Amino acid sequence: MMGNQHLLAIKDLEVRFRTEDGEVTPVRGVTLSVGAGETVALVGESGSGKSVTSLATMGLLPRPAGRVSGGQILFHRRSGEITDLVTLPLPELRKLRGSEIAMIFQEPMTSLNPVMTVGEQIAESVRLHMGLGHGAALRRAEEMLGLVEIPNARHRIHEYPHQMSGGMRQRVMIALAMSCNPSLLIADEPTTALDVTIQAQILALIGRLQRDLGMGVLFITHNLGVVAEIADRVTVMYAGQVVETGSVREIFRAPRHPYTSALLNCLPARARHREDGRRVVQSIPGSVEFGKEGCSFAPRCTLAADICRTGAVTLDDETERSVRCLRWREILA
Amino acid sequence: MNAAPLLAVEGLTKYFGRAPHLVRAVEDVSFDITPGEVLGLVGESGSGKSTIGRLVLRLIDSTAGAIRFEGQDVTKFPERHLKLLRRNAQMIFQDPYASLNPRLRVREIVGEALDAHRLASGTRRVQRIGELLETVGLQAAHMSRFPHEFSGGQRQRIGIARALAVEPKLIVADEPVSALDVSVQAQVINLLQDLRQRFGLAMLFISHDLDVVELMCDRIAVLYLGRVMEIGSSEDVSKRPRHPYTRALLAASPKADPDAPKIRRMLTGDIPSPMAPPSGCVFRTRCPAATEECSRNVPKLRSAGGGHRFACHYDLAYDEEPAAA
Repeated sequence: MMGNQHLLAIKDLEVRFRTEDGEVTPVRGVTLSVGAGETVALVGESGSGKSVTSLATMGLLPRPAGRVSGGQILFHRRSGEITDLVTLPLPELRKLRGSEIAMIFQEPMTSLNPVMTVGEQIAESVRLHMGLGHGAALRRAEEMLGLVEIPNARHRIHEYPHQMSGGMRQRVMIALAMSCNPSLLIADEPTTALDVTIQAQILALIGRLQRDLGMGVLFITHNLGVVAEIADRVTVMYAGQVVETGSVREIFRAPRHPYTSALLNCLPARARHREDGRRVVQSIPGSVEFGKEGCSFAPRCTLAADICRTGAVTLDDETERSVRCLRWREILA
Repeated sequence: MNAAPLLAVEGLTKYFGRAPHLVRAVEDVSFDITPGEVLGLVGESGSGKSTIGRLVLRLIDSTAGAIRFEGQDVTKFPERHLKLLRRNAQMIFQDPYASLNPRLRVREIVGEALDAHRLASGTRRVQRIGELLETVGLQAAHMSRFPHEFSGGQRQRIGIARALAVEPKLIVADEPVSALDVSVQAQVINLLQDLRQRFGLAMLFISHDLDVVELMCDRIAVLYLGRVMEIGSSEDVSKRPRHPYTRALLAASPKADPDAPKIRRMLTGDIPSPMAPPSGCVFRTRCPAATEECSRNVPKLRSAGGGHRFACHYDLAYDEEPAAA
């Protein structure tokens, strides 16, 4: 997946928000890409800008407070045309969402209508986007519920969202998202609110659909276990910037950015025995600060040198593998 | 570990509401905690783990069973004796935003506990609040601030300082790190480990995160629909689980390792409603190895040796267990 073949290519994205205390820039020059048939995890902690990046990509920034103030979000359409979602007029963007681009969220009730049966909701969407008639649309709805492994689909299409469990609603939302054969799925923390045995089912389902339908998936999550489970490639964000991108194996086995390695070492599963026999995890001191100068992670980085606090840090771009650290070669050596 | 238990829970049962909407939240749960020991309660939604935490501190009343704290049954305590219980047992909550009164300064939040039990007054009180804040890794100067001036991790530290103010013997920690970012979660886990060692605290540690529980706890009890499925040392439960549910739960937790095997024994279906728990073994509707027997009789906890017990009619080796679809 090189150059123009990216399904989605976000380039130098900058997002600003107006707040009572003036303008803030939660996303500062984000570059990432998703190839066709590829799952890319966008991972980061609170305040990293991962959710704002996904909202901007979907054109769902709260207006008028938030706006894209720089960069491009290039989407490769089925027609072959490459469209910049940043400049696309809203009605056209809406048409694209729900047809070529689909979205799923943490809380299914934000995208499901509580007073419509799940069958009607899916049927409405396929009538709108695929121009099917009433009967055909309902049949398509039933087929979609079957596709997401909802048992007894013929009867469940007549149920309302509130009659279903959290896991089933998540399946309905996925069915709704899949109903128009999207080429890109943006999944924003879709399993965060679910119990772990249900999460395993939903991750397996998304993985299967992704393979069967050849979709590209941008999966936003804070959960590193989920990342290892589903991603082909990983983009790590910190304080509004991408700090590292690589294949899932590179990121977990040979991270280059000190933040990525520190974050992985915070996992309870990587706890180590202390001299007194207690097991402790490594933690990252302090909390995230948006640095004005130098590297944003420098105030919390145990490996920071003077140059990190003053020098301009750019994303060292090798296209498929990039890292934003002045000293990574030196540190790894 | 033959010390007299600090906390002994026997046949604890809690129902909410009444038929036909009776919710069987906790059903016949027994365990004990020795002084200085940390017992983890793990389970998914509807497992009853948080309800058990509240019952132990008598924030709610039980339907049946005994909760003995240092030998005294707290379910029989009259209201006026509850203060005695809370002098010895405190709670840390999940949500560091909802559990601190936003209108009170940190001084008042932590000081309330000192006042309620008349533990310190005047300059001694201020000094003590400062000490408590330093104990949890904050500064004495923070006492004049309001909760909103702190990050999530710092607020959780304030909640911990408040719990420590009465020098309790037992802390019920209900998902204390679940709402925190990974890097902050690690800070709070290490703090709890240090405090535990420093003050010899016993803890009932409630969490849905098996990795966190395995790290924090000496022993683990696995709950499903209000019943104990398996209980034993952390090592036994996480490395040598005997109950099919524990095995499924472990298999379903994503490992932060891209080379870990992806195919898991996946449980099918949903967790049943605690309003209509299955007959016999409550896990049987999702159990890959369930038989007729499982729908008829409730399996009793039986010993696997060394205090390790599990509630299953069968004792299947891993490879005997049919993998579910």
